[in-house]
Amino acid sequence: MGTYIPHTEDEVATMLAFLGLDSVEQLFDVVPEALRLQRGLELAPGAGEPDVLAHMEELAGRNRARSDRLVCFAGGGAYDHEIPSVTRALGGRSEFVTSYTPYQPEVAQGVLQAVFEFQTMVSRLAGLPVANASLYDGGSAAVEAVNLAVAATGRQTVWVSAGIHPHWRQMLETFAAGTGHRIRTIPLRDGLTAWPDPDDDPAGGGEAPGVLLVGYPNYLGCIEDVAEARSVCDRTGALLVVGADPVAAGLLRSAGEWGADVMVGEGQAFGTTLGFGGPYLGLFACSAAHVRRLPGRLVGETVDVEDRRAYVTTLRAREQDIRREKATSNVCTNQTLMAVTAAIQLGWLGTSGLVELARRCAQATRYARDALVGLDGIEPFVGASVVREFALRLPVPAALVIDRMADEGFLAGIALEDEYEGGSHGLLVAVTERRTRDEIDAYVTALGKAVA
Amino acid sequence: MGTGDNASHGGAPGGKATSAPLLGHDNEPTLFELSHPGRRAWSFRTTGVPERSVEELIPETHRRAEPVPLAEVSERDLVAHFTRLSHRQFSVDLGAYPLGSCTMKYNPKVCDTVAGLPGLAGVHPATPASLSQGWLALLVELDEALCEVTGMAAATLQPAAGAAGELTGLLLMRAWHEAQGSVRHKVVIPDSAHGTNPASVTLGGYEVVTVPSDERGCVDMAALADVLDEDVAGIMLTNPNTLGLFEEDIAAIAAAVHEVGGLLYYDGANLNAILGVVRPGDMGFDIVHMNLHKTFATPHGGGGPGAGPVAVSERLVPFLPGPRAVRVESDEQSPVYEWVTPPRSIGRVHTWHGNALVLARALAYILANGGDGLRQIAEVAVLNANWIRQRLTGTYDVPFDRPCMHEVVLSVRTIKLAHGVRALDVAKRLLEEGFHAPTVYFPLIVDEALMIEPTETESPQTLEALAASLERIAYEANTQPEGWMAEFPRHTPVRRVDEARAARTLVPTFDARS
Repeated sequence: MGTYIPHTEDEVATMLAFLGLDSVEQLFDVVPEALRLQRGLELAPGAGEPDVLAHMEELAGRNRARSDRLVCFAGGGAYDHEIPSVTRALGGRSEFVTSYTPYQPEVAQGVLQAVFEFQTMVSRLAGLPVANASLYDGGSAAVEAVNLAVAATGRQTVWVSAGIHPHWRQMLETFAAGTGHRIRTIPLRDGLTAWPDPDDDPAGGGEAPGVLLVGYPNYLGCIEDVAEARSVCDRTGALLVVGADPVAAGLLRSAGEWGADVMVGEGQAFGTTLGFGGPYLGLFACSAAHVRRLPGRLVGETVDVEDRRAYVTTLRAREQDIRREKATSNVCTNQTLMAVTAAIQLGWLGTSGLVELARRCAQATRYARDALVGLDGIEPFVGASVVREFALRLPVPAALVIDRMADEGFLAGIALEDEYEGGSHGLLVAVTERRTRDEIDAYVTALGKAVA
Repeated sequence: MGTGDNASHGGAPGGKATSAPLLGHDNEPTLFELSHPGRRAWSFRTTGVPERSVEELIPETHRRAEPVPLAEVSERDLVAHFTRLSHRQFSVDLGAYPLGSCTMKYNPKVCDTVAGLPGLAGVHPATPASLSQGWLALLVELDEALCEVTGMAAATLQPAAGAAGELTGLLLMRAWHEAQGSVRHKVVIPDSAHGTNPASVTLGGYEVVTVPSDERGCVDMAALADVLDEDVAGIMLTNPNTLGLFEEDIAAIAAAVHEVGGLLYYDGANLNAILGVVRPGDMGFDIVHMNLHKTFATPHGGGGPGAGPVAVSERLVPFLPGPRAVRVESDEQSPVYEWVTPPRSIGRVHTWHGNALVLARALAYILANGGDGLRQIAEVAVLNANWIRQRLTGTYDVPFDRPCMHEVVLSVRTIKLAHGVRALDVAKRLLEEGFHAPTVYFPLIVDEALMIEPTETESPQTLEALAASLERIAYEANTQPEGWMAEFPRHTPVRRVDEARAARTLVPTFDARS
């Protein structure tokens, strides 16, 4: 029998006899003969564990840019942060890893309580009273937030800052094909969103937005004027969705303080490996007014029949399996394990650690940026202030520089998309708390040579 | 076998979780209640970067006045807290989890090792293709394997879960019809479908048309013929369906849908039943999503991460989400991989490349099993489900009394009418026996449904123990006074919870407690 099948051949024979069958083949008598696969699957024969590992290690070995070989200066929503042993050990516990969605709360209090604690932490970070159990990633959280806002306002026009991650905006466009939302990108001026005056907006064709989406800080690392976005919302009745960097949020005023209706974010920074982009963690928090439109799962506290504290998924009537075609979100499976991991990591950081993490990122970023803009031919891409990430304008294409820098032992950053003016010469650089002064100094020297 | 006699399987009870911590009775305080001002667990690398204060780094108008209040605990307290929480959690590693439609099979540990390889886990997603050839090769290898399993031409690996795959498939359907110059408004789904199907249809911009099941538990062909017209963009089917039954008329369904220009979407929730036996592509499907966290054994993480790749037939390949990893030089010795966005792509459906480490686990699982091993999975999954069906026939109602595939739907209807015991009571009572409960009240078309999916990784001894527990529960239902069953479970970390109160008085965070 196959690798993970316990049955012996004798046991299979006994079970078949119990069913009155002679062969395994007869189990599939209901499948029309003409449709059945008349050959074996054209896949290699099953391999033992050492051979499987050897194959996967060979593939892994072909990745030159791995954080233990190239020093990582790339960000864009995915960061090389410290993941302590305690987070790895607890987040890897098989009770959390190998359980299903907590449909039976009596035997799922572990996951339910961990998610409740996660929701509390995200809510505090966001400055908003409700947070869900997670969405797939930052981009999917943004898509769901826009859907919530459109449903709440009844207006399908979406104003999205060009300072929102380009991939998030591409996702908004993709899903708008089904919902019919009209996505309008609002350009940046020197790094900050230049919101149109809603009373004097010839390009808008008279359509008031139902939602504004702004990054804080934005994709270029700049600290947006969220108050201005709030003011546009107040004048138009649109909802404000803030796409927050949850690490920078350790130092910045919260989305809630700025008057956001919804905060979304990419939660990878809290204990999840770079992992080539997934699984990550979509963060989602909102004001009390919108709780019944909250996408995804929500854990609430209650009691059991003995009046003991207990947790359960709640407001289930919002969800797809009950509302079916009337549901405003189809999310079922989410990223619960990453949410539990984030709760562990935020427990490890604690109140002082989150501030310290964010401060260390910001100070290393400042140190690196000051040194880099002193190099010949390298300029800041925009002038606005930044927290933990920044863009540079290089004298040569960024993609070329990234290639050259790999030979010097660095993943230099992300080449900016062409949509930004001079984008091909733009390099987005992130400096986390893990980068040492020596690494940064060596990076600066290497970049100076790479652009020459 | 089949006698109810444990001795015939060596007496091992198998698969029951009866370890003490899970039966513990004390509440675990929240991390916030364990907090003690001044305690800390964090430590960071010594970097030598010149120190700067927050005041120097952040303009005052943007600076947070107070830190985000999190818990303040020692590392030791943190470990104790989450370890105790883990003891209040049932899992596949602890015992059998016959949750219908969820394919809660054993998750091989080698896949954990794979997901932790530094050369996979340590790669930034924005790394250029030239520096991440191993990852692109891995994605192409998985793409090709999934296409072989499903009989399709190419796949996108971006969707992060089954529902994300469904919506991706519907957007592919929409793009394809638009490219034919055809505007269609309706998508047909059977009344036995998963709730994500109708929700995804709505988000895809289509109207749901429901077709009933017939007395065999399959799509009612006459009713289908009535709803099919040139306004139908396609049909979404799960085969075997959510009753665990194979839609024998699938070829006729495919012909009828294609006749009006519609497309067939295969919901892969139940793919485990047919691995290597019959392929969606050969049944006539145009779009297929797979749940790697079901069929390909990637762990479900208490509610995710999953992965929901979507494979399509040749004519839909140009519409797939992008970018996709593709092999651009077919030189066997030194193939080169590149990111390519298909010419008429519907766009991006994930921030990066999908749940990549989940994809790596799935590839490792496929390699470990191989082609023959995958077929054996289907065989034993179907064997186990039929054994349970046969064994429990007479004890519970079997609404559709014919051979099932990988899962069986029983009903508690007769017991309920006679003694007032419901499917929910049976499920809660089974928790007390050390098994996870089956799926209950689904599919919606079966009264008091118990949906049992044993999976191929549960041994005959475990099936025996599970069946014996379900028989004992039925006996109790028939003999104990009314209301007796409602007292269970008694020894789980908490007993039945007040779900109505949770919704009425919403407490979604620690701060919302009164």
